[in-house]
Amino acid sequence: MLSTSFILLLAISLAGFFVGRYRIVRLTAEAGAGSHSLPTYHGSFVALWIGVPCLLFLLIWTALEPAILESLLLASLPADEVQGLSGGERDLLMAEIRSVSRGLIFGEPEPFVVEAAVRFSAWQTLSSWLMLVASLALAAAILFLTYKRIALYFRARQAVERILSVLMIACSVLAILVTLGIVISLLFEAFRFFERVPVGAFLFGLNWEPQIPIRADQVAGQGAFGAVPVFLGTLLIAVIAMLVATPIGLLSAIYLAEYAGRRVRSAIKPVMEILAGVPTVVYGFFAVLVVAPALKDFGGALGLEVAPNSALAAGSVMGIMILPFISSLSDDALAAVPRALREGSYAMGATKAETIRNVLLPAALPGIVGGILLAASRAIGETMIVVMAAGLIARMTANPLESVTTVTVQIVTLLIGDTEFDNPKTLAAFALGLLLFVITLLLNVLALKVVQKYREKYE
Amino acid sequence: MAATDIPGTPAIDWFGEAQEARRRRRHAADRRLQFCGIAAIATAVLLLGILLASLLMNGAPAFTQTHVRFEVTIDPAKIEAEDPRSGDFRGIVRAGFEGLIGEELGRRDRRAYHDMLSNGAQYMLRDRIVAEPALIGQTITVTYPFADPLDQLHKGLIDRTTPEEQRRVSDRQIAWYDSMVAQGAVSKPFNWALFFNADSRFPELAGLAGALVGSFYALLVCFLISFPVGVAAAVYLEEFAPKNRATDIIEVNINNLAAVPSVVFGLLGLAVFLNFFGLPRSAPLVGGMVLSLMTLPTMIIVTRAALKAVPPSIREAALGVGASRHQVILHHVLPLAIPGILTGTIIGLAQALGETAPLLLIGMNAFITSPPGGIMDPATALPTQVFIWADSPERGFVSRTSAAILVLIGFLILMNGVAVFLRQRLERKW
Repeated sequence: MLSTSFILLLAISLAGFFVGRYRIVRLTAEAGAGSHSLPTYHGSFVALWIGVPCLLFLLIWTALEPAILESLLLASLPADEVQGLSGGERDLLMAEIRSVSRGLIFGEPEPFVVEAAVRFSAWQTLSSWLMLVASLALAAAILFLTYKRIALYFRARQAVERILSVLMIACSVLAILVTLGIVISLLFEAFRFFERVPVGAFLFGLNWEPQIPIRADQVAGQGAFGAVPVFLGTLLIAVIAMLVATPIGLLSAIYLAEYAGRRVRSAIKPVMEILAGVPTVVYGFFAVLVVAPALKDFGGALGLEVAPNSALAAGSVMGIMILPFISSLSDDALAAVPRALREGSYAMGATKAETIRNVLLPAALPGIVGGILLAASRAIGETMIVVMAAGLIARMTANPLESVTTVTVQIVTLLIGDTEFDNPKTLAAFALGLLLFVITLLLNVLALKVVQKYREKYE
Repeated sequence: MAATDIPGTPAIDWFGEAQEARRRRRHAADRRLQFCGIAAIATAVLLLGILLASLLMNGAPAFTQTHVRFEVTIDPAKIEAEDPRSGDFRGIVRAGFEGLIGEELGRRDRRAYHDMLSNGAQYMLRDRIVAEPALIGQTITVTYPFADPLDQLHKGLIDRTTPEEQRRVSDRQIAWYDSMVAQGAVSKPFNWALFFNADSRFPELAGLAGALVGSFYALLVCFLISFPVGVAAAVYLEEFAPKNRATDIIEVNINNLAAVPSVVFGLLGLAVFLNFFGLPRSAPLVGGMVLSLMTLPTMIIVTRAALKAVPPSIREAALGVGASRHQVILHHVLPLAIPGILTGTIIGLAQALGETAPLLLIGMNAFITSPPGGIMDPATALPTQVFIWADSPERGFVSRTSAAILVLIGFLILMNGVAVFLRQRLERKW
């Protein structure tokens, strides 16, 4: 019914466009004089005034309909069946009624459930028809009102431009709403987590064992939610990744910027772009399939004990992933140093290497450091490589040959599967997500500030 | 004016031994740096090469599937004419398959023998008979895939010299297989099932159809949401917004959003779309909405760059002729910026195609065995399908995961290629 209403409204808006346009053309022909705005604007005026409010109406109705119908249904159930039920049991009852109303019947539902299901589907049909009729009535009313406004003196262009400006501002505000939405939803769920686990225990605890019993009689751990080992794991893998990526990235940027001819540059740049464009799940699979076994065999040949999901495997593949970032950002930073500095240094007799070391690198250092910080922020927030290649047990170790777990792995493993939002396990993932968001935000802001504060303005 | 003319500077023999040695050292240092640069680039190229080579080597076997051909008699006694769907197709297929081997099979041998044929053969026969009921009573030749262990054997991926307990195929199965090969009943055609079947527990039947359709719907929703909103926001920020604190905050906001890890968007999708709005889990609609939130900052940044590239003279000429500010943008600036916006959109969508983490969190990693009918049906996406298959223990899935990755990379190359082509064709030099 939603798609039908949507298509009908689109059709009415389009019809309104032609109606409005036709009217102004008739009016100008009758009066023999010109109108203020072009006919298209009068048509767009009608079409926009019909389309936008009715679309909003449809969206709001669809968003609110499930909640309203559910509360009405709950109120209509016989009191003796409903009272005394906990929140979870009530949700279960609702779900049963919903699936019975769709025709999926498991076993023998009780008679009041069947009754309620019949009522529910009747109400749903009623609500859909009401929505269609109401939106059509609204569209008709707006069509009538806007039609009456059309006149020779009517400033249709200004009206349409006002509507367009409002729409554009709304779209810009949406970007802020997204950030607000992220912050608010993370904070909300994290606060619910911190009601169960104190902030201090989370931030400074040294034990991460999120296995808690689901039922009272289940044997499981008590659930320790200390995040320090998880963050140490992230740090270990990120450090390994930066150790792999920074030398290769920086040296290749130096070569591409200073030594390489045009043909080499145009051949190598696409390679870097391909490395940057490969999806991270591919890197994860590569780490599991090729890198981890190779490291294990190599370590075994050297007599070292390498875990199959060691931090070294995940970290080195992550380094391969972020190396194009460091390379391209350093390349940009080096290219931004003006030629006068370079040529002045060559004129003094310096070799290219001395120019790079003494003139270019110090001049480009803010940009390079900013690039390294951005790459570090990406390494910390990276998910798929570590989900596939790193381990699940939180371990506080600096040994790259052991398996550690990271923040992103824990977020994914805690949330895959059935998630009920009352469970501390699920909420712990949100608390970790909040911390991850804050840390990456701080790193990005720091990178920006470093570049802005220390950047030389040469012109 | 040599340095030696200035009083107090020591006399340096620039052409003596010491200075020659010093020059040699300096040039050697220069060459060393150059060599390090080349080594770094070579390492990067080598790593990319190893990545692609291992994917190709691993994935190539999955593009063919071993089939076996045999005759099957559609026994009317086993199928009711009014309800062909519920016939005993398993029995029919088993009888036909046993016809390939002349010998009588004992009970245990029979089980091992029928394990050689794919479990999906009976359903393929059923679908064919339901579509053509006239075949009941006839004898037809069918070609069905082998089960995964035999597929691996035919592709040479099983070592026949390992002891029988450590192998996935027993000696008897190898003997039967050899006799089938001798009869010419075994073939290895292109594995169309990889593209037209949905996911399955059995590697020989598993395909990407569900994932491809799910990814298509998700990208469609992503494009429909992020393109209008992104372009509108960018046009406003670039052309109409006054330069004050509020717009500065919006700009900083957008740049920060572009750098937020993708997991956080998945958390947002989970908390708001699934929990608060109650949208269906695993639906491409929710996946598309989360992807559009991630693509939105990219879209805004790209559109702003494209709008900035249009020279001010165009705007001023339009204003001079009497256009209003909206008309300048809509009729003059935006059409000239469309090529840049389009290129950026395609690149943004290509990035969205490869995103996995947020889709995992909103549930698109479920085991779905049929392609979605619409944007509200549960579905998987291509990268999440790769993730699911990478976790599966059967050997057949290892090569299929690599093949799926090659399909994904193929799409990315296609999209990026189209973007580069459009950029070259439509770019205007001002």
